[in-house]
Amino acid sequence: MRTEPVVHVTDLVKRYGGSRGGKTAVDGLDLVASPGITAVLGPNGAGKTTTIETCEGYRRPDSGTVRVLGLDPVTEAAALRPRIGVMLQSGGVYSGARADEMLRHVARLHAHPLDVDALIERLGLGSCGRTSYRRLSGGQQQRLALAMAVVGRPELVFLDEPTAGLDPQARRATWDLVRDLRADGVSVILTTHHMDEAEELADDVAIVDAGKVIAQGSPEQLCRGGAENTLRFTGRPGLDVASLLKALPADAAAAELTPGSYRVSGKVDPQLLATVTSWCAQHGVMPDRISVERHTLEDVFLELTGRELRG
Amino acid sequence: MSAGTYAPNPGAAPLPRMIAAQAALETKMLLRNGEQLLLTVVIPTLLLVLFSSVDIVDTGSGKAVDFLAPGILALAVMSTAFTGQAIATGFERRYGVLKRLAASPLPRWGLMSAKTLSVLVTEVLQVALLTVIAYALGWSPHGNPAAVVLLLVLGTAAFSGLGLLMAGTLKAEATLAAANLVFLLLLVGGGVIVPLDKFPGGVQSVLGLLPISALSDGLRDVLQHGAAMPWGDLGILAAWAVVGLGAAGRFFRWE
Repeated sequence: MRTEPVVHVTDLVKRYGGSRGGKTAVDGLDLVASPGITAVLGPNGAGKTTTIETCEGYRRPDSGTVRVLGLDPVTEAAALRPRIGVMLQSGGVYSGARADEMLRHVARLHAHPLDVDALIERLGLGSCGRTSYRRLSGGQQQRLALAMAVVGRPELVFLDEPTAGLDPQARRATWDLVRDLRADGVSVILTTHHMDEAEELADDVAIVDAGKVIAQGSPEQLCRGGAENTLRFTGRPGLDVASLLKALPADAAAAELTPGSYRVSGKVDPQLLATVTSWCAQHGVMPDRISVERHTLEDVFLELTGRELRG
Repeated sequence: MSAGTYAPNPGAAPLPRMIAAQAALETKMLLRNGEQLLLTVVIPTLLLVLFSSVDIVDTGSGKAVDFLAPGILALAVMSTAFTGQAIATGFERRYGVLKRLAASPLPRWGLMSAKTLSVLVTEVLQVALLTVIAYALGWSPHGNPAAVVLLLVLGTAAFSGLGLLMAGTLKAEATLAAANLVFLLLLVGGGVIVPLDKFPGGVQSVLGLLPISALSDGLRDVLQHGAAMPWGDLGILAAWAVVGLGAAGRFFRWE
């Protein structure tokens, strides 16, 4: 797998509506996305779509630089476009076109497209039959837009809120496809305001707020970063913390905060909990008041911005 | 689908194939749309048949169909290149179709070429249909076929420019309303079925500068009166084409 970034945004600024009284949608945003799945996470109005659309070549930066697969999306658009797949937040299809018709059309614009019939089956679009786009359900329209983004066998796919408004089952199906893309070496940049989506899918998460990336890392790093995942228990004072540490995974930490009050931090999962309790059992310790504090991306976001993620 | 199905293998299709595919899809969308068919096929056909067989409008000396057929051909060009194209493109812009295609390997000029190709294909079908009907009604055209083709092509360019200008600057609903209104006004005041000399002198000279008047008048000069090259009308159409396409190129917004 290549290691150079698929997307490299430096100090991007984008304003709308002129210099006076205009809105600054993106305000000095830096983003480096490596191959794999990168989630751009943030509340509505944070600047996610503007950033993505600048990467797709729709908008010209007011300042800063944007490189996608090493290319300038505006001046080198002709070279870039065949190599990327784009899923818009909504629309993009002739209202009178049938799903298979539109997908076949986009396939025809590419040199080596996917097998359209197999893709239709994979995304459950076969049931759309002869229905025109404007009469498809919201979920069917979303899945068609996703299919249109991948049918040209791109190296990099931009998905702008790919699961917004989908029922849980359709959401899972979309996640499965995104994982398959990644497994086959396609990089994915997706925007979302669902933290579970970012946690579930992404190798890397960039949290965007007020036009800036305020934190970036793997979901695990982010959840450990600002507020660590912690396991607390009380027991008799003076337990052998060094021995406990030996039993724990290498990236975990343990400390006696006050006499008899212990904290284990790191990736808190059932395995870690079992390790701590079995260590306690071996050492004849009754862990009293054991509690797990698992931080989610939502907690991280709340901590970073003081606001709820959904908004 | 098995492992490796999605392995990247990007690339644009050859340009002629992309443009042909785009033109085919656009034409299919147009022919599937009931309102568009009403505008481009039903109305010109009805007007031709009705006014040729019933003596409602005084079309001067000679057979009514000889006066009407050139005007109806001009109307057909306007209905497709201006009204139909403006409405379709306005809604494509509104529904993000233009935006989505802009991210595809098809370049923008390729999309515009495909639109033009689709308009021309539709016009060929219209002209064929209307010619057959006009012949059935006793039409006896004269003149130079090259002059007719030149008039139709310049008329298409003039109306396309104006239609795209409207579609690319107004909201889709405003385009829908305005394009239909303009169609109706130009149908009445553009020498299509009502001879321009029925209007007062001052009004006549202004109406004569409209693209629809230049096209219907030019076609009539050639097909009814056997003129060689109606340079004046060609000049008016060329001027509209330059202004319309220039303004469309300058002001068209893709989103």
